[in-house]
Amino acid sequence: MSRSCHHCDGLSRSRLLHRAAAEAGRGLPAIEPGMPLPAGTGLSRRGFLAQSLGAALAVYGGGRLGIRALEVGIASAATGGAQPVLVSIFLEGGADVLSVLSPQGDPLYRKLRPKLALTGGAALREDDRLHWHPALDGLAQLYGEKKVTVMPAIGYTNADQSHFTSRHYWEVGATSTSLQTGWLGRYLDAVGAADNPLQGLSLDDTLAPALATARVPVASIAGPDQYDFWSNRVWGEVEQRMLEGIGRLGAAQQDPTLAGAAFVAAQVDRLRTQLLPFQPADDGTPAYTSPVPYPPSDDDFPKKLAGLAAMLAAGLPLRAVALSAPGEYDTHSDEAAALASGLQLTSDSLLAFQRDLEARGLADRVVVHVWSEFGRRAQENGSAGTDHGAAGAGFLLGTRVAGTMVGEFPGLKNGLDDDGNVKATSDFRGVYCALLEQWLGVDAGRVIPNAASFQRPKLIA
Amino acid sequence: MAAVEVYKGAFGAAEAERLLWRAGFGPRKGEAEALAQLGLDGAVHALTNPGAEKLVGPAPHDEKNRPLAPYDAWGHDHLWWLDRMIRTSRPLVERMALVWHDWFATSNDGVDSQRLMLNQNQLFRDHGLGSFHDLLERVTSDPAMLLWLNGSDNSKWSPNENYAREMMELFTLGAGRGYGERDVRQNARALTGFRNDWRNNVGPTNFRYDAGFHDTGVKTIFGHRGAFTWKGSVRLCVTHPDHASFFVRKLWSYFVPTPPDAATQAALQRVYTGSGRTVRPVVEAILRHPALHLGPRLVKSPVVYTAGLLRRIGRGVDTSAWTWLDAMAGQQLFHPPNVGGWDDTRWLDTATWRGRWWISQYVLEPYALDPGKATQPFDAGQLLAAALDFWRDPALGDATKGALAGFAQAALADAGGTRWKRQQYPVMTLNALRHLVAMAPELQAA
Repeated sequence: MSRSCHHCDGLSRSRLLHRAAAEAGRGLPAIEPGMPLPAGTGLSRRGFLAQSLGAALAVYGGGRLGIRALEVGIASAATGGAQPVLVSIFLEGGADVLSVLSPQGDPLYRKLRPKLALTGGAALREDDRLHWHPALDGLAQLYGEKKVTVMPAIGYTNADQSHFTSRHYWEVGATSTSLQTGWLGRYLDAVGAADNPLQGLSLDDTLAPALATARVPVASIAGPDQYDFWSNRVWGEVEQRMLEGIGRLGAAQQDPTLAGAAFVAAQVDRLRTQLLPFQPADDGTPAYTSPVPYPPSDDDFPKKLAGLAAMLAAGLPLRAVALSAPGEYDTHSDEAAALASGLQLTSDSLLAFQRDLEARGLADRVVVHVWSEFGRRAQENGSAGTDHGAAGAGFLLGTRVAGTMVGEFPGLKNGLDDDGNVKATSDFRGVYCALLEQWLGVDAGRVIPNAASFQRPKLIA
Repeated sequence: MAAVEVYKGAFGAAEAERLLWRAGFGPRKGEAEALAQLGLDGAVHALTNPGAEKLVGPAPHDEKNRPLAPYDAWGHDHLWWLDRMIRTSRPLVERMALVWHDWFATSNDGVDSQRLMLNQNQLFRDHGLGSFHDLLERVTSDPAMLLWLNGSDNSKWSPNENYAREMMELFTLGAGRGYGERDVRQNARALTGFRNDWRNNVGPTNFRYDAGFHDTGVKTIFGHRGAFTWKGSVRLCVTHPDHASFFVRKLWSYFVPTPPDAATQAALQRVYTGSGRTVRPVVEAILRHPALHLGPRLVKSPVVYTAGLLRRIGRGVDTSAWTWLDAMAGQQLFHPPNVGGWDDTRWLDTATWRGRWWISQYVLEPYALDPGKATQPFDAGQLLAAALDFWRDPALGDATKGALAGFAQAALADAGGTRWKRQQYPVMTLNALRHLVAMAPELQAA
């Protein structure tokens, strides 16, 4: 995280210098008559948020519509009934299932994990062989409140052990390398609107592949609160004209690559204007507040969840949201410390998010799904780490989840495949089908290939 | 069987400039014109056979005029390489090092030693145009790679599959192409034997191959049986029937944004295998191909953009800011996002565009004119000409020129009849024009 610290320091320093120079005026009046007011003032909170975020224009698949049409679509979708929301949290790298839920009550556990075997952590009431990783105390607390459904060995048969292939299967909702749309994208294609990109929102730098659609637009934003621009020795009216000039650079281009670059400039211009009200005050005070504290961190994950709760509270028409969890899960060596710190921040942040939703009266609208592309080998390797495995751990969080374990922990004696990996006792496609039908209210046959062949667990109370 | 197609059109300064962007970091003053004099074949030959390196320009330093400490100071590894990109007389050698850094993407987030990362970087510089077989052997036994993908954790007693898998999936064959899980495990056994020690205050040290740590048993890899060692593993990967197609397609993608057609793909594979899997002739064929000269432009990566702006105006590395600025734009050297490398199809989005805005802001900072002291003509056309002259007249299309002129006219019109504005607004407008030129679509891609 040294990278973000360095650039924050550098930027805030230079931003302060710039403001000092501009405000000292260099002989100019401090405020120019006729200088435009910051954009976004005078709008209702909902309209203002919708305009701000909807125009983020890292919009995918909205090319046929103008920006204004998308804004109108967002505004009209926001006045419709409240839709259920699914938040997908990806533990990238293959989280070690036997540490996330350590089978301390299995007699083979310590033999397979001489260095990595965990102690402590609360036992699960549904299977006291399994203990929560001590860093997941936040999830354990919610589990105690029956707000967590545990999937102790979820995956598919003949697990592919490539990160890139296996995560693709999970993203598209089928063991197919050729599908181009994500499973959540196809859900949005089935029920979504042609003019509301916020229905599928990636809170990452780029679009989460699970949200890739064929028909309706979806969007991604990295974070709304840092989006200012200035230049050396340019201020006042000329600065305003220069900032408008960014939009002028979005003019039409012949070469497809140049057209792409120009399109981004047009997006930047739109986004800059709309996000002006989100910029923190000069003293760093953020533009929106949360009713509960989130864990302090250099990582943006808790801040993104806080922003997500604020967007939901503002009535923005979100349906499916995707973001990556913080931490390092591809733990081929020295697993213990790396895994613990990632799990801790993820779990603490999700606990705060749940409490935030509860404080805002939104908890019944949101289910969070936590997943990873695979688990890891039962036998630890010689590097105090673990290699790629098969079944992994997954969770559903929220006040509406059934809280009943899906599948079972198969045990280390008979539950390993020929490669020594944990065998799946539940199929991710069955969970997707159940989420679609029981939570999102759509026929899974419209979204998941061969949906009829997968057993649906009961996921929603 | 047809040879690889060769571009037959005009080869003037504009074509030479495009070639210098694809094969390097853009031209310094006069370089495109000089390269054009050689003709296409001569130009490509000069790039791929550059002779001994000469560094042109002032030595790099940080903002307090201190020399770089690339092994020790945070971010100075990035600055050190950026300086080579700016000052080198062998741009393709550095560009190929960047290709290999992405291909064999190793991150200091896992290695935690700038020295080992820079040693790997030198390997790419010294061997990046030679035999791929040789390069893969060097990478497989390279200490930074041994740490990054756990090669020195992999012993006969406790195999670690990390390198074995990525070697096939990402480095030589492609995901699921001609290998299975059994091959991953067998290949991991073949790759056993590397080890290193750990010393307090030094970290990992004494990297070596120890036959006592190697699994000497028989392995079956891609259907071949034998008591393979790591060298056998490398040989099996590069002689695998699915390797040449993977190699050609991946290498091509670093130079041309659209995939090769079937005939080109087949012809390039023949060049590769016919040369004993040598990199140089394949690169030469790609650099001469019509798709590079006539096809769509290629987006510059953030470090190519930064190095290119600095080369263009003859400025060197004189601040450590370039490291975090390039990180904001999406590319901190020695810190690729994962073992798959950077996504070269997605450099530009609303966040990374803002990173480029700050890069060009820092590039321009020392040259910003003081509106209280400088004098500039109250004329939009003259100001635009001056801004283009500052950047040595980059080729801009009419749309962009119109956008820039429109800005300048609007900015000057705001001055009205106010005397101080009529004096200061042209200066600020020129400062802003220089910045907007650097952000024009034409400067993001070449």
